[in-house]
Amino acid sequence: MTLKAPALMIMMALPVVAQTPGSYVLQNARVVRVSGPVIERGTVVIRDGLIDAVGENVAAPAGAWVIDCQGLTVYPGLIDALSRWGLPSESEGRGGPPARGPEDRPLNASWTKAADQIVPTDRVIQRVRDAGFTTAVVFPNGNIFSGQGSVIDLAGDRAGRMVVADSVGQYVTLRTSGGRGFPASLLGSIAYVRQIYLDADNYQAAKAIYEKHPQGLPRPAYDRALEGVLAAPLVLLPAEQEIEIARMLTLARDLKRKVVLYGGHEAGRGIDLLKQAQTPVLVSLKFPVKPRDADPAEEEPLRVLEFRDKAPSAAGALAQAGVKFAFYSDGVTNPKDLFRAVRKAVEAGLKADDATRAMTLAPAEIYGVADRLGSIEKGKIANLVVADGDLFAEKTKVKYTFVDGAKFEPLAEEPAQRPAARNSAR
Amino acid sequence: MKVLLLLAALGNGAVFGADAPVLIQNATILTVTNGTVKGSILLENGKIAAIGERVAAPAGSTIVDGSGKYVMPGIIDCHSHIMVDAINEGSVSVSSMVQMSDVLDPEDIAIYRALAGGVTTANILHGSANPIGGQTLVMKMRWGRNAEEMKLEGAMPGIKFALGENPKRRGNGPGNPGALRYPATRMGVEDVIREAFTEAKAYKAKWDDYKAKTARGEPALPPARDLKLEPLVEVLEGKRLVHAHCYRQDEILMLLRVADEFGFKIRTLQHALEAYKVAPEILAHGAGVSTFADWWAYKIEAEDAIPYNAAILTRKGVVVSLNSDDPELIRHLDKEAAKTLKYGGLSETEALSLITINPAKQLMIDKRVGSLEVGKDADVLLYDGHPLSNLSKVLKVWIDGHEYFDRDQDIEGRPKKEAEKKALEKKAAGARGGETE
Repeated sequence: MTLKAPALMIMMALPVVAQTPGSYVLQNARVVRVSGPVIERGTVVIRDGLIDAVGENVAAPAGAWVIDCQGLTVYPGLIDALSRWGLPSESEGRGGPPARGPEDRPLNASWTKAADQIVPTDRVIQRVRDAGFTTAVVFPNGNIFSGQGSVIDLAGDRAGRMVVADSVGQYVTLRTSGGRGFPASLLGSIAYVRQIYLDADNYQAAKAIYEKHPQGLPRPAYDRALEGVLAAPLVLLPAEQEIEIARMLTLARDLKRKVVLYGGHEAGRGIDLLKQAQTPVLVSLKFPVKPRDADPAEEEPLRVLEFRDKAPSAAGALAQAGVKFAFYSDGVTNPKDLFRAVRKAVEAGLKADDATRAMTLAPAEIYGVADRLGSIEKGKIANLVVADGDLFAEKTKVKYTFVDGAKFEPLAEEPAQRPAARNSAR
Repeated sequence: MKVLLLLAALGNGAVFGADAPVLIQNATILTVTNGTVKGSILLENGKIAAIGERVAAPAGSTIVDGSGKYVMPGIIDCHSHIMVDAINEGSVSVSSMVQMSDVLDPEDIAIYRALAGGVTTANILHGSANPIGGQTLVMKMRWGRNAEEMKLEGAMPGIKFALGENPKRRGNGPGNPGALRYPATRMGVEDVIREAFTEAKAYKAKWDDYKAKTARGEPALPPARDLKLEPLVEVLEGKRLVHAHCYRQDEILMLLRVADEFGFKIRTLQHALEAYKVAPEILAHGAGVSTFADWWAYKIEAEDAIPYNAAILTRKGVVVSLNSDDPELIRHLDKEAAKTLKYGGLSETEALSLITINPAKQLMIDKRVGSLEVGKDADVLLYDGHPLSNLSKVLKVWIDGHEYFDRDQDIEGRPKKEAEKKALEKKAAGARGGETE
């Protein structure tokens, strides 16, 4: 039970922080601003949840809590670019009778928003925040049109206060109905996506014409599925392999919309196409490996082996080609696994600076929130992480995390007897 | 794989046929359309530049010694499901909104294997799960290039239809608890096709009306674009070829009559194992038949087939091709063609036509491929013996004058590929051992 005490204290402290936001001064710190050169010895001032000042010679305002950061580095808080952190395990909107075609809008919850589904008590929030994540771009899941993603800050007792942007993109998967009506194949899923965006364009045009001439014209039927896709400024499409990248870029041209690809493991091979299209890529930090239960007698094709081998080098290839990209957790909730994957990407050719950018400013830019998140600049939201070394290095410890200007200190490493403690709690 | 990447890089925007000219000398050249020539054939700038007893080699030519060897046009398969990640959208009785071009897999090893069997072009079809299936397209086996570059430029798009057991199999008759959708009978299959084209005509009329209204300056709501009906309108307008899976003579006649009634054409009857019974009717409609040489009895509707189907239809004047419908059969279409010499007594040239110029005509690509003629695409096969012999093997394959297959190189390259694979397996095993978890 002693283990639980600090966690409870932090949770109880939150409302207090929210009511009377404090001022903090981080002095003598190495400041990795991301948007500009590193300040080797500088100060960051946090006030009312925002970054009030950053620089080499910044005076500490009166009454602020001064923290000496000698030997420490301040980074912008990390952002998970496509996440389920802080959301229930399964989103709503599945089921319904078997569909007879796109007109039945199967597997569609395009109108739902992650911002409306946040669970502030999700234990993962604290776990990842302690490792330096302050923000996640969370998406509903489970459908072909899964719903609209929201940018949320990873602290707060009320869901509404956690939301930075409520609708930043539509999360599209190419799953099938599983035998329950249309679409039963990849063929159908892709055709469905294409038809929905055509319908959405037509819907918008028809509504506009009707508004001008309501007398003498039939009234266009309200369609929440189309309202949902029209509301999202970006479309997220799945593409892990090179052939999928090619396919989705072709589809994107048909959709005539701003598209972001997610997956990206073979972005290295598809780099020419991506460079030409200048389509941003969200790169999964769950690199493909041989399944644990794979048949040991089964021979794997060279193509599969190469796919796995090349996955960690995708980010480096994107950086070199100047294609915008960001990392995402892809279901992984242990930050150690995520940082190990980042180190693998760095070993495979990604520059360390670009790795940092891929988890800070790059996702903020991709989702259009770089004016408030992603770097250490005056006026931006005070989402920061203070560590005793390179953030992704194995031995580095996070000292503080600031979310909306509120200070958090990570819990001590969870000791080995944790399973026993969990049992006794029941 | 490095070789492949190199090829892919070359393919990116490169002009096809940028290779050095190739001159095959002293070979037996089976042109299919203009008899047999003992001599040389020149492939230049992606096209066949010359055929004759003596052809001068342009500077920088690659000379291939064809002594004792045979040259024929690349094989065309009018019915294939290779190089795609999905074949059927069987959840609905009309799936014309789906496109095979959306799910192409240019890295499918079946492409390379087809190439090794001499196939240079294939008609990539949707499956036969529903009366009206998806949109189809014609691909060249340009192994190593991307999907876009493998499409046969300018080829007419197609659509798959299917009659009989397959489309009605998922039907909803009583006592069929696993039922998913209509239709459950052959009557229902016909009804679905009629219904779909009735809808397509109404859709076309709606657009015509909208265009007329906006032309007059009247306010009008644009009809919603319907991706299911658009390809059917194209069929009505003669801009899309219908490839119809069928078996029995009664359903063949049904389809031809429905098509005549609605004013569109069936381009090919696929399988059509009973087509020999209704050859005059097929000829009158103008449809071609794409069938198997001697594959039947695998289901009830395939019981009344005979191996003379191709020969009888040929004698009646129908354009006939032999197809594979299968990633294994696609590797020996030449031997399938040879069977028609035994069953029905077709000539060697007629037999070769079944896998070259005839499928080209059926796909309306015969101006470009299907025979060895000056000006046509340099899609050329080199055999170590007569292609219709069981003992002969494909030695080399060119498409657009570019060499995509070489038997010797393939055999020589295998140990290297094997080593590459072993190295990757070892590396992956090492990485797993190093994980802390």
